Amino acid sequence: MADLRCNFVGIKSPNPFWLASAPPTDKEYNVRRAFEAGWGGVVWKTLGEDPPIVNVNGPRYGAVHGPDRWLMGLNNIELISDRPLEVNLREIKAVKRDWPDRALIVSLMVPCEEEAWKRILPLVEETGADGIELNFGCPHGMSERGMGSAVGQVPEYVEMVARWCKQNTRMPVIVKLTPNITDIRYPARAAFRGGADAVSLINTINSITGVDLDNFAPEPTIDGKGTHGGYCGPAVKPIALNMVAEIARDEETRGKPISGIGGITTWRDAAEFMALGASSVQVCTAAMTYGFRIVEEMIAGLSDWMDEKGHATLDDIIGKAVPNVTDWQFLNLNHVTKAVIDQDLCIKCGRCYAACEDTSHQAIAMSEDRVFTVKDEECVACNLCVNVCPVEGCITMRTMAPGEVDPRTGAVVSGEYANWTTHPNNPGAGCGTG
Amino acid sequence: MNRWTPGIVPGRLSSDELAAKFSDLHPPLDDHEAFVAAGRCYFCHDAPCTAACPTEIDIPMFIREIFSGRPEAAARTIFAQNVMGGMCARVCPTETLCEEACVRQEAEGKPVEIGRLQRYATDRLMGRGAHPFTRAEPTGRKVAVVGSGPAGLACAHRLAMAGHDVVIFEAREKPGGLNEYGIAAYKTTDGFAQAEVDWLVGIGGIEIRTGTALGRDITLDELLDMFDAVFLGMGLAGVNALGIPGEDLAGVEPAIDFIARIRQAKDLAEVPVGRNVVVIGGGMTAIDAAVQAKLLGAEHSTIVYRRGPGRMGASEYERELAAARGVTIVTNARPVRILGQDAVEEVEFEYTVETGDGRLEGTGETFRLPADQLFKAIGQKLEGVPGGIELENGKIRVDAAGRTTRERVWAGGDCVAPGEDLTVSATAQGRDAAASIHSFLMGEG
Repeated sequence: MADLRCNFVGIKSPNPFWLASAPPTDKEYNVRRAFEAGWGGVVWKTLGEDPPIVNVNGPRYGAVHGPDRWLMGLNNIELISDRPLEVNLREIKAVKRDWPDRALIVSLMVPCEEEAWKRILPLVEETGADGIELNFGCPHGMSERGMGSAVGQVPEYVEMVARWCKQNTRMPVIVKLTPNITDIRYPARAAFRGGADAVSLINTINSITGVDLDNFAPEPTIDGKGTHGGYCGPAVKPIALNMVAEIARDEETRGKPISGIGGITTWRDAAEFMALGASSVQVCTAAMTYGFRIVEEMIAGLSDWMDEKGHATLDDIIGKAVPNVTDWQFLNLNHVTKAVIDQDLCIKCGRCYAACEDTSHQAIAMSEDRVFTVKDEECVACNLCVNVCPVEGCITMRTMAPGEVDPRTGAVVSGEYANWTTHPNNPGAGCGTG
Repeated sequence: MNRWTPGIVPGRLSSDELAAKFSDLHPPLDDHEAFVAAGRCYFCHDAPCTAACPTEIDIPMFIREIFSGRPEAAARTIFAQNVMGGMCARVCPTETLCEEACVRQEAEGKPVEIGRLQRYATDRLMGRGAHPFTRAEPTGRKVAVVGSGPAGLACAHRLAMAGHDVVIFEAREKPGGLNEYGIAAYKTTDGFAQAEVDWLVGIGGIEIRTGTALGRDITLDELLDMFDAVFLGMGLAGVNALGIPGEDLAGVEPAIDFIARIRQAKDLAEVPVGRNVVVIGGGMTAIDAAVQAKLLGAEHSTIVYRRGPGRMGASEYERELAAARGVTIVTNARPVRILGQDAVEEVEFEYTVETGDGRLEGTGETFRLPADQLFKAIGQKLEGVPGGIELENGKIRVDAAGRTTRERVWAGGDCVAPGEDLTVSATAQGRDAAASIHSFLMGEG
């Protein structure tokens, strides 16, 4: 059994799977049941100042479904906890007392004034919670009041509030970042400059899940009107992975602790986030879709995979893919591949042909009896046919060996690494020496 | 020889034709099919499929494990509850168990293919020859298990896992019980039953003595002298008689013998079968016999059941499967007499109606079916029960933990009163009896 114990900025948990700050962690009842189900930690749903905020009484969620009603993306307009601060604090204390081995982090969102933070931090500290997460991410509702993503979108504010918190509490400070920004590295750098111990990301993405065409109203619709919500779930995972990787490989923030969030549904998703630098992961939509039990599969799956690959601890996998994330300009332009269609697996749907003929490079031939073959002399190895093929493993990319002639370019595959920086077509190439 | 040759003859079809007809009833899913099938599972809360499984396999979890690319983990989830999960994946009437309970059956009439997914997972692990369990420290305790059918094997496996040493006494020449001798050949191809036994005993601590029958070669008293506890899982050795004239004519025999002969045949073309085959009964044994007679090349294969179709033990799905293979099912008719000179030639039936209180009455109208081979499939009965064991409705009385009325003796499977004539139920009973035996041996019960 691999050792899944997680030590995130000194916050310990038996496994790296935490429930993200969200409705599943809004109260004691849920959190206790989550811990019983095996979750390694929770980030308690965001606390604010009294009087508590109010929520809408219409739908709080909207969804994007895939075929067979797969929940691909979820959008919400729920605000932070709408329960009195004292109730939340009392419950947090009770839960932490009974579950000392689990991570219990409290998400916070109060106005951008030092006094507000100074007021709430000691109250949280008194509960025995392991740390705080600053909610600079929620893109709906609270942002209109100058909180949530309104803070997260201004790196100077991020730095300032992080600093206030570090100055006013002994608890580790995690800054939760909004993805609703042009370049995630700026708020991440700001958080660490402010002294934050870690960042967590991504929070939800501004979104409208659909439009009710009978009433011409955005969905979810409340009394004929709608507002943008925060998008999450499997659909956002690629966006989150990239943002995590960008922070993990940024010169200024490289190696800093990251808690990965965004569409994690299976152990594999979690492993991917960790490979890109996350040292804990947070889950919400998958728990909302399938219930708390899914953590069993996440724990066992991660453990099995680590055993199979000989990874003993989480440190053996965290950040292992980061060195392989690079800039486009450094990709090897001499790496030549060609699509190959396995005729035994092909079901003759013709999707590869349509994709290539209509939208790419006319590199697939179709015979009268529907046999599809790749024209190597046209194939640029774009991979589109692989992606649209409904049969897994039917179309693959074959790497051309050094010495082979690429029939498209007529050039011999050199086997030598060469990238754009030295390419003759690059107007900037050679400037330094020329 | 062809299908019009009169009498009971082998070789009505060529070996090649037979091989094709007797191929896997449900071919295994490939990776992509399994991924798609697994993706249909809703991971229901407090899942109805699990509740419908006699061994309570965590079905949503194993399907999720398949979906996340971990078929061997899925197999471990299955085997943790049901060590005969490989056979159950093949022979369980899933259409009346997990798949009937599947919410997608309710929603679309198309349940998640739980049985085939279970086979996908278990095949994967067993195909690698991997045994997923290890034994606890040896306890020095010894348990005798009578019968190596699903109940006995499940019991033995659990006991061995707990560190006890187990000897299985099997009357027949091969272990496996009904899995080896009593299930249609096309449901368990390629010697799966034996492979499963070999895999199961791979845990260690289990010795199987074949050709050793309780009552004939060894007595219960002797077993109790030699062992700390005994589990009886000997199944039902006797076959119910029709009790009508002509039953002793040649060509009349228990369906179960015919099924066993097919399973044990090296070449199916050597198994003799009638031109006109009649099977009397309404359960899975009747279906398995009639379908296989047809597959062997019988011109006509007819099941005759005394009550209405809704009362048949065979599920609607199994009946449709039989009909699709050319078997005729006649209901509401009971056998009156068997006619023939030296061998069966015809069977006479009388139509029946069920009265309001469920009793069966003949209508007085009769008909005859030509038959050169007649199979009895109206149930089996317990034989050779050792002394001191009380019965209930002709089967061994046990409590909820599988204890018989005799000290240190447990029982499970078809030979006990709650027996359901299902591999999966027998497995559950053997497993649960093992738990009870274990706590007894460890001084807890």
